[in-house]
Amino acid sequence: MNYQFQFGVIANYRDELLSGLLLTIQLSVSSIVLGLALGIMLASVRAMYGGLIGRIIKLYVEVVRNTPFLVQLFIIFFGLPVLGVRVDATAAALIGMTINLGAYTTEIIRAGIDAVHRSQVEAGQSLGMTTYQIYRHIIIPPAIAKVYPALCSQFILMTLASSVCSAISAEELSSVTAQIESQSYRSFEVYVIATLIYLALSMVLRGIFALVGWYLFKRRPKLKLAPAVEGA
Amino acid sequence: MLVRSFGLNDFIFLLESLRWTLVLTAIALTLGGIAGLFIALARVSPLMPLRLATAAYIQIIQGSPVLMILFLSYYGLSLIGFQLPALVAASISMSIYVSGYLGDIWRGCIEAVPKPQWEASECLGMTRVQQFRHIILPQALRIALPPTTGFAVQVVKNTSITSIIGFVELSRAGQLINNSTFQPFRVFLTVAAIYFVICYPLSRLSGWLERKLNVGSSH
Repeated sequence: MNYQFQFGVIANYRDELLSGLLLTIQLSVSSIVLGLALGIMLASVRAMYGGLIGRIIKLYVEVVRNTPFLVQLFIIFFGLPVLGVRVDATAAALIGMTINLGAYTTEIIRAGIDAVHRSQVEAGQSLGMTTYQIYRHIIIPPAIAKVYPALCSQFILMTLASSVCSAISAEELSSVTAQIESQSYRSFEVYVIATLIYLALSMVLRGIFALVGWYLFKRRPKLKLAPAVEGA
Repeated sequence: MLVRSFGLNDFIFLLESLRWTLVLTAIALTLGGIAGLFIALARVSPLMPLRLATAAYIQIIQGSPVLMILFLSYYGLSLIGFQLPALVAASISMSIYVSGYLGDIWRGCIEAVPKPQWEASECLGMTRVQQFRHIILPQALRIALPPTTGFAVQVVKNTSITSIIGFVELSRAGQLINNSTFQPFRVFLTVAAIYFVICYPLSRLSGWLERKLNVGSSH
């Protein structure tokens, strides 16, 4: 093998890489927030009402989970303009990521809701709470706490899958990487660097999720328990 | 070229391209599955360096986008002097991707077999290989069936990413047809429907196996 590695060349493109990474982070964070909100909403509605609305939500979940993200992006990016809705690549990417993540989140939270014991609902009813209040205060918080690890894995998978948005030329990290590749002819080096950036990003995310999880689900019960233990 | 409508011939072209999606899935699951089995075994081996190395491998694969694994094998191998057909690069990268996930899934399945099963078979004077072969593996296989079927759905869907290096499977075929018909809804909804017809039964099978095998083990 007589190939000379030149990782130094890539340093010339650090501004481009940074802007790509920034868009990847923006897309990921926005789709995580929107997808989580969508998932909580749809999972609650499905559990509360069932019936036709429940079946429509189930259909959405099954269709999204059983078709490739790339094809979903194509439908949005190429399809919306035909309907007369102008979307640029970044907007299409965000819509696609939110729809995709929303379906997985709905399914994960549904599993969490199923795991919350029936008696919790009855306790809420006997306190005179409305169905909305019961879901808001009694069911959703422990349901999310139960499925938190699965949610985080899905968020990281979505962040990595955002690389596919380069296929509709959203200017995120992998798209920028492909541009640098065609300018510098340093294919292997630039993809190694990009992979390392994604790797670092997913590790940082995992760390943040662990901290958030610890803060939300571990610390509070302990603080509440502490006085009781002291009193005993 | 005149703009034409999405017709029967295009649909037949999609179905023909579906063959490559299925071929790629089969290759990825076979090669990736073999590698994944070795990774799962290494993850539970008594040798510390082997455990650490495979743990790192799993972290790296699960922390990188499939697209990057694809580009690295596509360009990485051509740089050592191999001019690769897209199918080979796609097969290699999808197998690497599958090995990283199946290795981890199967490690979990092996570890889910209760520890006393190892101890009991050790008491019978079995070697570690015999313990694994006769006692642990049959039980782990049963546990592994539902998640493996579920993961196969992810593999079918992720083969679509190989269209980005120009491998003509189902998604790429859809793109080619859309380029000449400009009927994105008809074309890509058809493509999505074909994926759905493959993936949905697998998803259902996975869920059914999970319920069935769980009921069995709770008694």
